[in-house]
Amino acid sequence: MGKTHLKMTVNGKDVELMAEPRQLLIHVLREELNLTGAHVGCESSHCGACTVDMNGMSVKSCTVFAAQAQHAEITTIEGLGSPDGLHALQEMFKEHHGLQCGYCTPGMITRAHRLLQENSNPSEEEVRFGISGNLCRCTGYQNIVKAILAAAAKMNEMKESA
Amino acid sequence: MIASAFEYHKPDTVDGVISLLSKWGDDARVVAGGHSLIPVMKQRMTDISHLIDLGGISELKGVSIDGDTITIGAMTTQHELATDEALAEAAPLIREASLQIADPQVRYMGTIGGNVANGDPANDMPGLMQTLDATYHLTGPAGKREVKARDFYEAAYFTAREDEEILTAISFAKPSGGFAYEKQKRKIGDYATAAAGVMITIVGGTCTAASVALTNLSDTPVYCGAAVDALVGSSLDDTTIKVAVAAAVDASDPVADTRGPVDFKKYVAGVIVKKAITSALARA
Repeated sequence: MGKTHLKMTVNGKDVELMAEPRQLLIHVLREELNLTGAHVGCESSHCGACTVDMNGMSVKSCTVFAAQAQHAEITTIEGLGSPDGLHALQEMFKEHHGLQCGYCTPGMITRAHRLLQENSNPSEEEVRFGISGNLCRCTGYQNIVKAILAAAAKMNEMKESA
Repeated sequence: MIASAFEYHKPDTVDGVISLLSKWGDDARVVAGGHSLIPVMKQRMTDISHLIDLGGISELKGVSIDGDTITIGAMTTQHELATDEALAEAAPLIREASLQIADPQVRYMGTIGGNVANGDPANDMPGLMQTLDATYHLTGPAGKREVKARDFYEAAYFTAREDEEILTAISFAKPSGGFAYEKQKRKIGDYATAAAGVMITIVGGTCTAASVALTNLSDTPVYCGAAVDALVGSSLDDTTIKVAVAAAVDASDPVADTRGPVDFKKYVAGVIVKKAITSALARA
């Protein structure tokens, strides 16, 4: 029951590593690949702080075994924007005070990103339903919803002018 | 929370799964979406030395609508069920229920096969499959067989599936008439305090066919034959609905837990069944 040779594409880069099948994807990302953006919150697939994008799906990476991520295409918050080139979602979270402590934010934004890929013009209700797997204990969600709606508008504007 | 060590297998055919199950017996378990099994493995409440991932088997995926029969592969996810337009057209009850399961992230991973085969009385699809009178398709070392959903559940986590069998698909006749899946839960992601699936067909003001089933109100899903008997043949007047609701509550057998004491659950069951009948009626 040794280690397995894993190949994945993470934030556009091909990576290879040895991992035990039982290691969780969140630990592989944080501890083997030093991508500490996605957080460990409840460790029980409730809070969504560990949300990453895997093969076009938002997943709670505390509930995916490393072995299941073989050949997967993964995007974490680090793959969405950078400190000097924020993603529209990151910019709007900043603008609209969509965070206080920030612990849920990487998962929230990664989830919101997938939601907007599937529905580029969501209603407020669709945003709330779409982020219902991500808990925030600070904001009361109001500003998170505002930020996501503003990011949707901005992303659509950017698409039109492109 | 890290699971005990296991060996990971990902066969690409059903036969491959069966031969691994036959070889490793009790030490092996299949995993579909993993959102029931992985948390239990992380808490080390189960001992699995061989994990067989069904995620690589294409024949277990997808929805087919063939005339009056709808067949759904076991590895079809809740997200796929909720977003399949042809399925929403043919059996809108499925989308209505799947969108009430867990949360978006869990629905991307969670499958209909895992949901029905696990035998957890809190899962929603087993109750819905009672409503639809679905058939489960199993494959094992002795070949294929079919079991009706209404005969499948024996007790919590005990089902008619043998250890060396897997559930490959579910099928049901294209439903007609009004439908509803109503679920009372404390929050998104929670299991039901009470949930009910109802179908009603009306011809010329008379109810000609009906189906009523409950989720998480006993140690198995409950098909409410007495409630159905009350509805069929009636004009679905208020008195009849009251009798049917009482019959459904009577068929429930909840246990007290963090969702409330028995009396409360039975009360909620009554509210939910009434709501489901009323909204199925409005759509019939």
